[in-house]
Amino acid sequence: MQKKRVVLNYPTHLVDQPIISNLVKDYDLMVNISRARITPREEGRLVLEITGKRAGLDAGFKYLHEIGVEVQPLAQDVKWHENRCTHCTACISICPTKALDVDRKDMEVSFLRDKCIACELCIPVCPYQAMEILF
Amino acid sequence: MVKTIEEINEKIRKGKAVVFTAEEIIEYAAEKGVKKAAQEVDVVTTGTFGPMCSSGAYFNIGHTKPRIKLGGGKTYLNDVPVYVGFAAVDFFLGATAMPDDDPRNKIFPGKFSYGGANIIEELVAGKDVRLTATAYGTDCYPRKSLETYISLKDMNEAVLFNMRNAYQNYNVAVNLSDKVIYTYMGVLQPKMGNANYCSAGQLSPLLNDPFYKTIGIGTRIFLGGGIGYVVGSGTQHNPDVKRTEGGVPKMTAGTLAVKGDLKMMSPKWLRGTSFTGYGVTLTVGIGVPIPILNEEFLRYTMVRDEEIWAQVVDYSEAYPQFIPGSLGEVNYKQLKSGRIPIQGKEIPTSGLSSYFKAREIAQILKEWIDAGKFFLTKPVEPLPSVDSGIVFKPLKERPIKKK
Repeated sequence: MQKKRVVLNYPTHLVDQPIISNLVKDYDLMVNISRARITPREEGRLVLEITGKRAGLDAGFKYLHEIGVEVQPLAQDVKWHENRCTHCTACISICPTKALDVDRKDMEVSFLRDKCIACELCIPVCPYQAMEILF
Repeated sequence: MVKTIEEINEKIRKGKAVVFTAEEIIEYAAEKGVKKAAQEVDVVTTGTFGPMCSSGAYFNIGHTKPRIKLGGGKTYLNDVPVYVGFAAVDFFLGATAMPDDDPRNKIFPGKFSYGGANIIEELVAGKDVRLTATAYGTDCYPRKSLETYISLKDMNEAVLFNMRNAYQNYNVAVNLSDKVIYTYMGVLQPKMGNANYCSAGQLSPLLNDPFYKTIGIGTRIFLGGGIGYVVGSGTQHNPDVKRTEGGVPKMTAGTLAVKGDLKMMSPKWLRGTSFTGYGVTLTVGIGVPIPILNEEFLRYTMVRDEEIWAQVVDYSEAYPQFIPGSLGEVNYKQLKSGRIPIQGKEIPTSGLSSYFKAREIAQILKEWIDAGKFFLTKPVEPLPSVDSGIVFKPLKERPIKKK
């Protein structure tokens, strides 16, 4: 089993299609939706965690590509501007997945992309606008 | 053995001064023993890097041709109003000032993404800002409007002048209510969902000199990446508070007023800062050297995070309504561990003052002294201490009678 965190970009004409349902039924994938923003006459964006067998994932991503859904790894959409971070730790108690974490010995903050679920809780909490999520 | 500032400066000049940071000295002095360490060590460097709202800068921008008197009119830097109630081309920019058309908290919580503090950071980074002014015009200052780009190098003087910085200890903020609150202590989750603190603890300047025995008017310091001076006790300086046996205040106590040449400073150590729902502020880097003139001064610098206690205060009701009282005491070792016990509950913690950067400041100051670039000063006047009789007063309102 493999797990991938991705952002799906839907063109307008696909917004009314049951694409996630197809991923589950036809490719035997487990899908966990973290965020979704799909409105009529607008492109849709979906943040997903997809789990499945290697072959199912590959076929599922091929299907998405063929119908015109653009797939990006989640990491590309979440930015930690390290030069803006002061390592104050304001974000540490709010981050639910420890994607933002602190080494307690040095009190140095780090950001682990793979753990981030793009929940955006850190955005209003960071006084230095060090976190940016492009949606 | 008793040393003097002059002797220490002579050692600095010869490259022979022994300097430790306030973090390093703890282990070193514990190992060597106080007596031996006090003989060997000349200076202990401290540091702090946190949001400090009562900060600002004054400028003299040079006279225009024809002349203009900004005083009595309105002047803005990048649409942020500055205070011009002075002579022709002097003004003061406050860290928390914001553009007149900023929506503030009209759409709650406001973002407060730009203000005086950001302008200070941009100017120090060498950037141009837009200066726009209107004036009423006089015979000697006929001009009525001015619009120009200006940068720090164009100005005659640019001076950081902070009336209250480097608080000696601070509250730990929690929220007892059942909704999220947005404060100068950060975003506080309901029902004590988190606890925010704001001090560099064992690295913090005034926690290493709890009775202000070495820090006073004229003390030369690291300020915003350049050189600054303590110009006195800061506003709300309140030395006579509850203290530990070692003399460390268990709540907010002393403060510093500081100044320094902005042109020598760095945007790395003066940062525009936005607290959602609260406002804009300036995060200031300060480092103060403590001369180890005797064993007593050394002993103060050996203070550890676990010996520094802070009061837990509810910011949903007690703080805004000015109701005294504390929900409990915790120390900085607990706070820095990420969890504190309050009333039988484990609360996750976050800092607002960067311990990581405080250590870097103490380290830089140590390097400056080691390199013979920074000398110590003897204060011309000590800061008021516990015996000064200072009482921190609330405002006693006296209603104005309507005629």
